[in-house]
Amino acid sequence: MDHTALELIELGAVFFALGALGRLAGRIGLSPIPLYLVGGLFFGQGGVIPLGDIGEFTQLAGEIGVVLLLLLLGLEYSAAELFTGLKRSWMAGVLDIVLNAAPGAAVALLLGWGPVGALVMAGVTYISSSGIIAKVLGDLGRLGNRETPVVLSVLVFEDLAMALYLPILTAVLGGISFFGGLQAVGISLAVITVVLVVALRYGRYVSAIVDSDDREVFLLKVLGAALLVAGFASALQVSAAVGAFLLGIAISGSTAENATRLLEPLRDVFAAVFFVVFGLNTNPASIPPVLAWAVVLAVVTTLTKVGTGWWAARRAGIGRLGRARAGAALVARGEFSIVIAGLAVSAGAVEGELAALATAYVLLMAVLGPIAARVVEPVARALQRKTAGVTRTATDTP
Amino acid sequence: MGYVNVEVTPLPGIGVRKDFAIGNGRRVGVVTQRDGKIELIVSKSDDPDACLASLPLTAEEAGALANLLGAPQLVAQLTEEHRELPGINTKQLPIKTGSPFDGRTLGDTAIRTRTGVSVVAVMRAGQIHPSPTPDFTFTAGDLLVAVGTAEGLEAAFKILKHG
Repeated sequence: MDHTALELIELGAVFFALGALGRLAGRIGLSPIPLYLVGGLFFGQGGVIPLGDIGEFTQLAGEIGVVLLLLLLGLEYSAAELFTGLKRSWMAGVLDIVLNAAPGAAVALLLGWGPVGALVMAGVTYISSSGIIAKVLGDLGRLGNRETPVVLSVLVFEDLAMALYLPILTAVLGGISFFGGLQAVGISLAVITVVLVVALRYGRYVSAIVDSDDREVFLLKVLGAALLVAGFASALQVSAAVGAFLLGIAISGSTAENATRLLEPLRDVFAAVFFVVFGLNTNPASIPPVLAWAVVLAVVTTLTKVGTGWWAARRAGIGRLGRARAGAALVARGEFSIVIAGLAVSAGAVEGELAALATAYVLLMAVLGPIAARVVEPVARALQRKTAGVTRTATDTP
Repeated sequence: MGYVNVEVTPLPGIGVRKDFAIGNGRRVGVVTQRDGKIELIVSKSDDPDACLASLPLTAEEAGALANLLGAPQLVAQLTEEHRELPGINTKQLPIKTGSPFDGRTLGDTAIRTRTGVSVVAVMRAGQIHPSPTPDFTFTAGDLLVAVGTAEGLEAAFKILKHG
């Protein structure tokens, strides 16, 4: 068999297996992300079936997956939504950072991975999965609930925080000095401000550059623009992902909606490859030693996210049940935790164990998140009834 | 008419929620998603933050529901206005799926010539189109608000149904 034939067969087998896994995930009401990761662990290095020939392609495809993940995240929110979200939820957002980044950073320091490892793990445990959460809220019919805008504005804040965090991370991973790091932060702050202002004032011009009535032309232009911006951003050490994210924010209105519709399937394909590649590069044998830490992190960061949501919802005047729902909805971590860990691993600046811990953690949280969102209501109701029962018996007895 | 305070809440990344509190304190409204999906929402009585129902509706279904809710009010208003004129009735006449006039114009029905009934408004997707001209094209789901004698309205109903 010639080389190309072998590559096609391997690639086909990978996609087909992912499709089957995705279907399985849909059947049992799970996000497909953990199953893609498991798929990646199964193939590849130290896995059951090693894949050698398609490494180059999947590597690049995975990178495109990251660019598309961030581009669509940017497309999801208009600049105006980001501004109002920032204004309304910055306190909850800050609490979110403090509560949820700290456990990851602490564990990384305990394991001796140093400040770089701490910065990476802080991001991994901080960022919720807006993809999983939006899907779960829709599936559970909670879009009309009063706590839902609270949950969404926390997610909006997290995405803005990502736009700041990723360039810092890229700079630190690149081994830039403290001063250089500050410079990177300054540059990225300035760039983000400029992009937001441009998007708010002149978003339609940016949209007009990529817009087209022809689907094919439109798709090629948007994809091309995203990869160009990502590439240049990467060359300037600002992080490819952030470039794509900012482009997504700058594109607005109906152009953004059309772009989302067109790019979604493409994103799903490439993002799936990205998760698999991440799993491929993680040796399954390295997971058991860090599994206990992953469980500890899962428990702690579930509680901290619930706390964040509870607090944010209470500030918005939501009742107890709603607060519990808001908290539980935020628990899921997923694609962006893997994006962060992936950046760190590909830069080679962190231990291989970190990838294993991030994988195990996301596996747990991507499964736990939707379950938490589902069971929170019956559990909270039962608790409420119990406490109500206790107070009643207390008052009944003279 | 009472004043209804509709609250508009943006749902970043999803769409917009528009709802209002009804007399007994519960919320009723719709969530319009970016891709055009519409959900009818009704809040729970014991947990006002949550939704008892969150029903996905197609654009046609939402329009039909809007007509059901809006048309009686319009008819009541017109009836009220015609109260001093005995023998004049106001009635809603539907263009059902399969009606011969689905896709044809008001002029094609020749209702005015054949029955003496006037179509004063058409309700479509919750919107009122007042005083439709003869070239107004009907589609299934439209509700015609017609004024005429009882017999005339009966005849008009049959024409719209069977042609």
